[in-house]
Amino acid sequence: MSPLTDTRKRELRRELESIVGQAAVLSDPDELMVYESDGLTLFRALADFVVFPTSAQHVSAVVKLANRENLPFVARGAGTGLSGGCLPTEGGIVISMMRMNRVLEVDYENQIAVVEPGLVNLHLSWKVGPRGYYYAPDPSSQQACTIGGNIANNSGGPHTLKYGVTTNHVLGLEVVMPDGEIVWLGGKTREACGYDLAGVFVGSEGTFGIATRIVVRILKKPQAVKTVLAVFDAIDQASAAVSAIIARGLVPAAMEMIDRLTIQAVEDAFNCGYPRDADAALLIELDGLAVGMDTQAEHIVAACRESGAREVRTARSEAERQLLWKGRKSAFGAYGRVSPAYMVMDGVIPRTKLPYVLRRVNEIVAAAGLRVGNVFHAGDGNLHPNILYDPRKPGEEARVVAAGAEIMKVCAQVGGSISGEHGIGLEKADFMPFIFSAADLALMHRLKSAFNVSGLCNPGKIFPTKKSCVEVGPVAYRPHAIEEKGLAQRF
Amino acid sequence: MDTTTHAAPPAAAGPLSLHGLSVEGVNQCVHCGLCLAYCPTFSELGTEMDSPRGRIFMIKSLAEGRMSLSDSTVRHLSLCLDCRACETVCPAGVPYGRLIEAAKAEIERDRPGALGRRLFRWLNFGLLLGHPRLLGLAASGARFYQASGLQRLVRKSGLVRLLPGTLPAWEALLPPVPAKAERTAPPRVTPAEGPRRARVALLTGCVQSVIFAAHNRATARVLAKNGCEVIVPDGQGCCGALNAHGGDHERALAMARKTIDAFESARADAVVVNTSGCGAHMKAYGHLLAADRGYAERAKRFAASVRDLAEFLAQEPLRGSLSSVPLTCTYHDPCHVAHGQKIKSEPRTLLAQIPGLRVVELAESDWCCGSAGIYNLTEPEMATRLLHRKVSHVLATGAEAVVTANPGCILQIQAGLGAHGSAVRVLHLVEILDRAYGGPGGAQ
Repeated sequence: MSPLTDTRKRELRRELESIVGQAAVLSDPDELMVYESDGLTLFRALADFVVFPTSAQHVSAVVKLANRENLPFVARGAGTGLSGGCLPTEGGIVISMMRMNRVLEVDYENQIAVVEPGLVNLHLSWKVGPRGYYYAPDPSSQQACTIGGNIANNSGGPHTLKYGVTTNHVLGLEVVMPDGEIVWLGGKTREACGYDLAGVFVGSEGTFGIATRIVVRILKKPQAVKTVLAVFDAIDQASAAVSAIIARGLVPAAMEMIDRLTIQAVEDAFNCGYPRDADAALLIELDGLAVGMDTQAEHIVAACRESGAREVRTARSEAERQLLWKGRKSAFGAYGRVSPAYMVMDGVIPRTKLPYVLRRVNEIVAAAGLRVGNVFHAGDGNLHPNILYDPRKPGEEARVVAAGAEIMKVCAQVGGSISGEHGIGLEKADFMPFIFSAADLALMHRLKSAFNVSGLCNPGKIFPTKKSCVEVGPVAYRPHAIEEKGLAQRF
Repeated sequence: MDTTTHAAPPAAAGPLSLHGLSVEGVNQCVHCGLCLAYCPTFSELGTEMDSPRGRIFMIKSLAEGRMSLSDSTVRHLSLCLDCRACETVCPAGVPYGRLIEAAKAEIERDRPGALGRRLFRWLNFGLLLGHPRLLGLAASGARFYQASGLQRLVRKSGLVRLLPGTLPAWEALLPPVPAKAERTAPPRVTPAEGPRRARVALLTGCVQSVIFAAHNRATARVLAKNGCEVIVPDGQGCCGALNAHGGDHERALAMARKTIDAFESARADAVVVNTSGCGAHMKAYGHLLAADRGYAERAKRFAASVRDLAEFLAQEPLRGSLSSVPLTCTYHDPCHVAHGQKIKSEPRTLLAQIPGLRVVELAESDWCCGSAGIYNLTEPEMATRLLHRKVSHVLATGAEAVVTANPGCILQIQAGLGAHGSAVRVLHLVEILDRAYGGPGGAQ
């Protein structure tokens, strides 16, 4: 229950309005309900307010007010996250960064840009594109997700394989600390002195403060790009091809796998050119200098053929290449054509375990009487099994959650991890003990406390909420602690 | 946070509907958010309630009974342009246009608003759009008001400010109405020139036939040059698109039936439309009248025969000899051509065939200009913001003219350019084509 009385709420609303302006505060119950979830609709929670600051000073003042009132607060970008990371699990204030979306500065000679956190990832590449530059991290939701959200989750994307994740592209940040103080972590150059606080901040899932300015690297567009589509009649063959390519010493810019169910969904959506009858396809991209690229492509084609590919072809035009990528990047949304809801998992495994883990994923989901679509960053071993379900059918959600936990355990057992890029958020908090000991978690908690002394900044995320946080037994569905408190619900 | 009011949706609800219209399509939305950055209102406001995903959520919640038609819900749903840009990028195939139309119909039934608003809607949707003769009379009245100097007087004297409510804003948007002699429809039959390609029937439209009758005549000429016998069926009126988009569902049904009746007798190979919203709407007649036993099949057949002008012409290279149109232009995609009918390359293909014409691409060419049917009358503030955005992109191209294919866009963008003191003109695609064929274009 909200600790705020209606009168107090009205007073606070007026105070928030005096900070950010009248048209920048939401407190109407219907409007708040629209903010109840992010891209993972399995979890829902209601805020008391949503505010739309336009400056670091706004954010700082809101955060100070929250501290004074002992109200939790959480930053939110586009709300495309897939782990419930921006949910106001304990109520309080959602600070939407969507009105801080400017590109403040571009320094082409030094290859950096200074942006606000609400900037849509792809819009930065659009901005610097005409001059031959781009922003490398490319989460599949890049047409909608924000750079601030990418910072929170240290997001990757297909091209992570060659270019690294968000943290490899962030030089510095202006941050409103959880007590409202405005500080700079890192700067415009690579700093060698002091702690790498920018590195610590990126990936902290909004629990260390709120970034209000971000200095990112922009890269020169590669001289040449080649995109290869390899088609397989068995998913094991595609997995083998991934290992074969890496074994030849090749590092493609991206190497994505997409399975039959997913191919059918994206073909229904956009007619991208993936063969509907294939069991799996690999989308492999090479980029860099034009010299030697054809030879590399020949090696890729050979590796795919030796692994049993029935067809290997190169995109003949930029339009064809773009269409193949559009299919890949729209895959999650395209599941809407085959299912009213899905839950995406984000496991990471050693590449060599791909065939085994994919088989286990299929077995686990089939045993739960559900369907799964796989579309993922094969080169990194970053899996995205998408369990399809119907929230209107009683009991399905519980089976989804249980199957998801099983899959996470398999990932952990083979030496992998429970999140590659989507963050732990709310969804995977209770899976943390699969890979971290109590001592590991305690250390992380001490680090969090150093930044987030009051604990008001995005509470309820990352850390397991169960009493025994080292519990690793079979995980059947149980209500999350916040559900038991009635603060969030699954649907 | 009061979670007790935060009820879960019904576990196994029946088919979801609003105003008796199915909104089951909401279940296709998986909340991925890929639509967000393509929504003009979300892009301007950054508020989830003014995004497609947020509106789908509200429509779903309304149908499930989780939400009521509160002031704020009505506000956010009304602020939707119905431009359907979200449909183009939606991987899940959510039929957004249908959902928002159902929601608007529900709003009109349950929250029709104050007397002034109801009167305005009745005047437009009930009287003028439904009765071509009354629309003609109104046009004559408006023409008299404008040509007699009365308009200048009213504006100069400040009398306009004495008009009640939002009437001054509407007065400012009143398009120049041509003299009656220039409001004539194309001939009932225009014979095909050269080898015959098809017999086509032309929709002359409601507002189009009053403000841009010249475009209709140009359309008939251009189609004839391309081997078409062009029929203008009697008894046609408004197709009902404006009514449907405005939530006036019942009258929209009646208008659809009347349109089908009028066109069936023409026995044409195709029904050609030179306005954006009408084309998209008529292509959806099959869905609109699916529950009407007498019309369901006929509506489906009719809908399948509807073609946007550019879509129809671009099936073949342009015929006949085209003379040079020495002009640098840019193309603005009307929403219901680009998003409602997925027609983007065809107009560009046609323009590329015109000698002397240089076409430069427009940034955000398929973003709504704010016209959106009668949106610029009902939501002037947002319409103006989007218009400014459009105009700044147009000016950045350096083009001498903006080519588009919809009367609303033409009036809106022309007004925006005028307000910026720009001399850039806005032309219908068919005007350029007509000129290339030696016709007068729309300047007649």
